[in-house]
Amino acid sequence: MQRIFGLIKDRVGALLADGTVDRVIGWEKGEFLYDHTPAIFNAEDDLVDLVYDGFCASNLSKYLIDESKKDGKILALLKPCDTYNFNQLIKEHRINRDNVYVLGIECRGMLDIDKIRALGIKGIEKVEEQGDELYIQTIYGDKTCKRNEVLLEKCINCKGKEHVAYDELVTSGEDIPQVESNRFEDVEKLEAMTSDERFAFWRGELSKCIRCNACRNVCPICSCVECVFDNKDSVVASKANTDEFEENLFHIIRAFHVAGRCTDCGECSRVCPQGIPLHLLNRKIIKDINEFYGEYQAGQDTNSLGPLTDFTKEDVEPSIITEKGGEK
Amino acid sequence: MSIEKTEDSNFEPLIVAFCCNWCSYAGADLAGTSRLSYPANVKIIRVPCSCRVNPMFILRAFQRGADGVIICGCHPGDCHYSTGNYYARRRMTLLFSMLDYLGIERGRTRVEWVSAAEGVKFSTVMNEFSKTIHELGENKKLRDLRCKEFLD
Repeated sequence: MQRIFGLIKDRVGALLADGTVDRVIGWEKGEFLYDHTPAIFNAEDDLVDLVYDGFCASNLSKYLIDESKKDGKILALLKPCDTYNFNQLIKEHRINRDNVYVLGIECRGMLDIDKIRALGIKGIEKVEEQGDELYIQTIYGDKTCKRNEVLLEKCINCKGKEHVAYDELVTSGEDIPQVESNRFEDVEKLEAMTSDERFAFWRGELSKCIRCNACRNVCPICSCVECVFDNKDSVVASKANTDEFEENLFHIIRAFHVAGRCTDCGECSRVCPQGIPLHLLNRKIIKDINEFYGEYQAGQDTNSLGPLTDFTKEDVEPSIITEKGGEK
Repeated sequence: MSIEKTEDSNFEPLIVAFCCNWCSYAGADLAGTSRLSYPANVKIIRVPCSCRVNPMFILRAFQRGADGVIICGCHPGDCHYSTGNYYARRRMTLLFSMLDYLGIERGRTRVEWVSAAEGVKFSTVMNEFSKTIHELGENKKLRDLRCKEFLD
């Protein structure tokens, strides 16, 4: 990780110095060692604050909607999964591609601080990555753990390490270990439950929602200038929930508004302060789309029609759901 | 239209039917002029096309006390706007699947293609749907109790 960070920093510095780009969007240190936040760097000297390690999970493509409309060219550090969102936003004409220089950067998967803590590693002062091992300095002494054990959910189910959009790539040439996973496993588990069990599961999860709107605001695809949930006249704009219906409605509509456009980047679940597995709603839609209308990966390209803006005369009828056998 | 329904066997469901202006609404009209009966608790909302039905409309209907929602449109291939119902078909399939996934009874939602000439079909479908909702009983899972204020 140190090596790839060095390569990235050198390249970013060179591109800023020779005037290819005017600004850089990357990450800088946050208050804690695990909350690196997106930041804009205007000059080569500012790059001392740039960081890139296992805690740079935030997806920078959404920021480009605004940043690409400003004067001058911006360099964006995009991980492979971020480039899917970038492509999707290009497709929807939200990003001015001419103003963006995409530096595709290598990613070994991002780390989940909660999983590290769950291993009993507390009082963390420093995390060093060496290959597949993590060396963690804590106030109780040094600890180690395997990198693959503490990956973020979204990185366990990574779509692959290939960038789908870039102007230039920075890679270390090292092998990146892949984790075997079935991303629909949890969805299938839920599908196998009875209707009442599913209702109870989602009530349990969604009732934790505090309507902070973090899932909506972080989603790179959910980027309407005016949101249906900002309508003061709707009953759904309350700061906090007063009724269980509202949580259900909010999350159904939120997931539905990105149906066919969601790249499964997993940011919604990552930022949820209540730990609601929101990605399971989006993944259900992705699974249905794959089953009914053929495999589709949003953001794979910039010109295909999305599943909900396309049709065939032979599409399945909605009765495939409503008349499904088994309990009602 | 009160959501204050009694729990006894006299339960009368509230059913919202979104009917497209060009086929199903005319089909309902034909059912009426042909003196075919369909349940009085079916409330028809006329929409220009089945494609006009936003998922939010359906959820909002449930929120405000509907026990069942049915969407009627032209048969695929016969849309007044050529392709509207093809889009609606995909959208509704995904929405219904989503509602099922959240544990809402899947019988509460339905899509039917009813042409302007199918008065009999309209009446049969509504009778059938009303029967299904009767069996399912009151919609308790997707109702906003605050909406009581709007209705009373």
